[in-house]
Amino acid sequence: MSAVGRGSPPMKTPFTAAAPLRPRLPRLDAKLLPLAVTIALFLAMFGYGSVAYTGFFSAQVLLNLLIDNAFLLIVAVGMSFVILSGGIDLSVGSVIALTTMVSAALVEHRQWSPWATMPLVLGIGTAFGALQGWLIQRFRLQPFIVTLAGMFLARGLCYLISIDSIHIADETYSAISQWRLPLGEEASISAGALIALALLAVALYVAHATSFGRAVYAIGGHEASALLMGLPVARTTVLVYTLSGFCSALAGVVFTFYMLSGYGLHAVGLELDAIAAVVIGGTLLSGGVGYLAGTLFGVLILGTIQTLISFDGTLSSWWTRIAIGALLLVFCVLQRLFEAKGRR
Amino acid sequence: MMRRLLAHRMFWPLLTLVLLLALNAAFNPGFLQLRWRDGHLYGNLIDILNRAAPLVLVSLGMTMVIATRGIDISVGAVVAISAAIAALMVGGQLVIHDGVQTVTSRFPMPLALAAALGVALLCGLWNGLLVAGLGLQPIIATLILMVAGRGIAQLITGGQIITVYYPPYFFLGNGHLLGLPFSVFVAAAVALALHLALTRTALGLFVQAIGINPAAARMAGVPQKLITVGVYAFCGLCAGVAGLLVSSNVKSADGNNAGQLMELDAILAVTLGGTLLNGGRFSLAGSVLGALIIQTLTSTIYSIGVPPEVNLVVKAGVVFAVMLLQSAEFRQALRGWVSRPAPGAVR
Amino acid sequence: MSTTRTSEAGTALLALSGIGKRFGAIRVLEGVSLALRAGEVHALMGQNGAGKSTLIKVLTGVHPADEGEIRLGGVPIHPRSPGEAQGLGIATVYQEVNLCPNLSVAENIFAGRYPRRGWRIDWARVNREAAALLERLQLRIDVTRLLASYPVAVQQMVAIARALGMRSRVLILDEPTSSLDKDEVAQLFAVLRQLRGEGLAILFVSHFLDEVYAISDRITVLRNGQRVGEYTPAELPPQALVAAMIGRELSAERLHRNAAPATPREPLLAAQGIARRGSLEPVDLAIGAGEVLGLAGLLGSGRTELARLLFGMDRADAGELRVRGRAVRLEQPAQAIALGLAMCPEERKSEGIVADLSVRENIALALQARMGVWKHLSRRRQLEIADGYIRALGIKTADAETPIAQLSGGNQQKALLARWLATEPSLLILDEPTRGIDVGAKQEIMDEILRLARGGLAVLFISSEIDEVARLSDRIAVMRARRKVAELPGGADERTIGGLIASEAA
Repeated sequence: MSAVGRGSPPMKTPFTAAAPLRPRLPRLDAKLLPLAVTIALFLAMFGYGSVAYTGFFSAQVLLNLLIDNAFLLIVAVGMSFVILSGGIDLSVGSVIALTTMVSAALVEHRQWSPWATMPLVLGIGTAFGALQGWLIQRFRLQPFIVTLAGMFLARGLCYLISIDSIHIADETYSAISQWRLPLGEEASISAGALIALALLAVALYVAHATSFGRAVYAIGGHEASALLMGLPVARTTVLVYTLSGFCSALAGVVFTFYMLSGYGLHAVGLELDAIAAVVIGGTLLSGGVGYLAGTLFGVLILGTIQTLISFDGTLSSWWTRIAIGALLLVFCVLQRLFEAKGRR
Repeated sequence: MMRRLLAHRMFWPLLTLVLLLALNAAFNPGFLQLRWRDGHLYGNLIDILNRAAPLVLVSLGMTMVIATRGIDISVGAVVAISAAIAALMVGGQLVIHDGVQTVTSRFPMPLALAAALGVALLCGLWNGLLVAGLGLQPIIATLILMVAGRGIAQLITGGQIITVYYPPYFFLGNGHLLGLPFSVFVAAAVALALHLALTRTALGLFVQAIGINPAAARMAGVPQKLITVGVYAFCGLCAGVAGLLVSSNVKSADGNNAGQLMELDAILAVTLGGTLLNGGRFSLAGSVLGALIIQTLTSTIYSIGVPPEVNLVVKAGVVFAVMLLQSAEFRQALRGWVSRPAPGAVR
Repeated sequence: MSTTRTSEAGTALLALSGIGKRFGAIRVLEGVSLALRAGEVHALMGQNGAGKSTLIKVLTGVHPADEGEIRLGGVPIHPRSPGEAQGLGIATVYQEVNLCPNLSVAENIFAGRYPRRGWRIDWARVNREAAALLERLQLRIDVTRLLASYPVAVQQMVAIARALGMRSRVLILDEPTSSLDKDEVAQLFAVLRQLRGEGLAILFVSHFLDEVYAISDRITVLRNGQRVGEYTPAELPPQALVAAMIGRELSAERLHRNAAPATPREPLLAAQGIARRGSLEPVDLAIGAGEVLGLAGLLGSGRTELARLLFGMDRADAGELRVRGRAVRLEQPAQAIALGLAMCPEERKSEGIVADLSVRENIALALQARMGVWKHLSRRRQLEIADGYIRALGIKTADAETPIAQLSGGNQQKALLARWLATEPSLLILDEPTRGIDVGAKQEIMDEILRLARGGLAVLFISSEIDEVARLSDRIAVMRARRKVAELPGGADERTIGGLIASEAA
């Protein structure tokens, strides 16, 4: 008995779907749309500033965005990977502070060489991140609570070393802090900004051209599927937080150049800025979607807000927080509408 | 009987509190002493109760939010906003009237209090609408207010620390009633009101149902969205009251530092009290105990001579311990490590 | 009729013998054997809970077996993770197409095994080879687009292409046609026939009988975790297949003993053309007060989907719903409850019981929800109601305060029933109310349902148990392949019902 059941006789001609049968998203733009929006927003804000204030439209102002926010960019790169994988890391600001404190204590109080200190603090941050990642993966703990506790721990360790700030007078640090690479006649860029840009370049490569990077996207998109597809979910999860720890420590080193001190109150709330930069940069908080280039522009936007406010001179600086909060809201709502539309 | 005692949810938090108090008393002989002075009770224990009151309030609100599988990390910012509004509106100016010096407030104090609480309630409603209406993840929805809220608080205070000079305002955080600090009564009143609302209406049942099994709750017709907005609004209101107590206690409002890290303390208090972060069954008494433990911890660290900085590290350790114990995977692994299989037995 | 054929294990590419698996104290699989040959499509069939998905998980390394042996090409294997199973050459396409929707088609095909140029991923090769693999399946699409931008049918092809790219020798398809329309199924089958011709061993799990008969070379039936037998389609007509899955012969005897109610008046609930894209084709249905309407059909036929639409759990895309003659648009269960509807869900654990709450609280929940937040059912009143139902339905529990999770499945089901009865509904929808319940309790529940119906309650009774449906219903609607295929008067015999469930011909 062979009931044919439903359906016509089997097709023998190739099935071509030039246009998908039930397209869920509009053309290729969909993938790049959030990034385009972010870049457009940045250009619009910078453009507005250039028109509204004299002296705004200059290469140095643009470069200052990078110089003043180099550490934020570095941390945001690490945060991007974490958020892309579907997690979150609230400890980054505290690890920055810990890095500055350990650096200051070793260099000023124990006369360590800066060139020995920097690798050490990088190692500490990386290990810290790895520990958090291991706890999250091994015991299936929620990332937000683990990194919240990590935030407590790192700042607590800071205060254990010293309550007050430790000023860094060391020559190497001062020299690096003041060093500028001239770009053209009037502009220059700092070491910290160069490090940030270099990290960004590496991150772009990792995200696009390595299996680790692609696994991060896969896990963020659908962790259960990634597991069934045989991807190394456990290893990738731990590595993502390790990477974030490394980025926090590196940002801490750059922050040390910037502030020339170690202090437990450094970078308070920076994790929120990092998350804001990543979200404004077009990365979905649920994970799996987003570009690292977007994070760069997210950071630039945050920096531009700050610059606009300081150029204005009349607005108090805490309008920055309100503006960031408002932008974050707008982008979150947009992301939500985007998701809801895509599901229908 | 012993097992039932150990299994009771209040056992471990209560034991921890007792141990902490004992530790304190060991190092500081006068710790447990209570004296009657100036018409009220006086002593370390009273101090702890007074200082814990704001945290107790915030923890109560946080308990409700966590019970519905949510979280609110904006409470610290709301505390600051509420404190700022009240301080600004009360202020306090020296006025000479008929040759008598009095201090008057900028606005009538009841109005100031109402305004502060009203804004706090609005903040909570805002969070609730983002979570229930737009479907944003709670941590992100409340993150927005956490970021912007500090800015708003600073805006209200103009970046200064506003000092309050109006004596009646001090009563909230410093006054005494029947020998005990007034703040304790405020916290107790809110706790009692919440308890009544949860047990005399269907709220308690609904909140737990939503937290344990949202799909089943929806199917049974529980008004999920309404309840969700409600718990976030309540959390905001609690933070508002806490802000009043804090600013009254220190007679000032600091937009930057008021309520700093309070959300973390509140989450810690709630989990210490036995409520799971995944939502569902909760314990108000547990959260109150948790808040007391945290405050006692701070005092203990101070009184045994350990630098207060250790506070953060200890808190971190406690959070790690609590969340590991709440993780099924960890308990399973622990059983595996602790009990070795008999030789030759197949796993 | 259950013939047990010894399979020619020697020629089997994938041979399972004596596979056993238990979760805690529950035996999910026992002594299951299966022989899958290269170049064949082998269907795996059974009711829900028969053990099909567990067997698949054992094969794909998600849950290693406790007993038994798996041999691939004669060599014993023990896959302990999905990655391992894939490495051995066993690939699975799941019902939900477990790929990553946020990645491109090409990337999904090559995830985890990208061709490289030096250290970098060679995207040009990825795209080129992905397109080539899809070409083999007669599919030409833009492989750089996101997977999510393609319909499920195409996504399944991508999953199959991934399997081919990994040089799999065994392809397992778990309910592949649940979300496909007629044309898409035809295309899928064309591909399967082609792959079969290329020597692939294909294991095909499905509920849709006519598809199984259309594509498979051999059929293995599981029931209650054990293998009933292995057959060829020729030797097992559909009715016999259904009988094998259910466990016994269908009788021709008329079972409905109760007098049918008087001629139906204005129906309490009338649905016309109600449908939902992807889960239900347009269905007409009417239920009157005091009558039991049975909904028969196998899993996947659309019964639960229909019930969910009637209760407001899902929103209908088309059609009209009338309650007591007035048109309504249901978007929330709370609205349905307010209209006097009630529904006992199929998935007790995930949609029914609130595990950590007591029996009393669970029973009182829906009634309290309808009363609102402020009007409170006092604890005493809740206890009264709960105790009343504990007695009436014979719920075995120490007392009403016991956490409901501690009760047995059957008693949990009774408590759920009590929850809905407490709201005193006009229409009660019961989705598989007797699943997982012992015989005695089953009878009690059925008697109670009948008693309620005679008292004026309208009942929509959904069940896979044909005898129950036959015994209880005043009218029977038969569902197959997501549409209603027939309506029978009360008193129809099992064979007739079974025949409609199984095949086109009545």
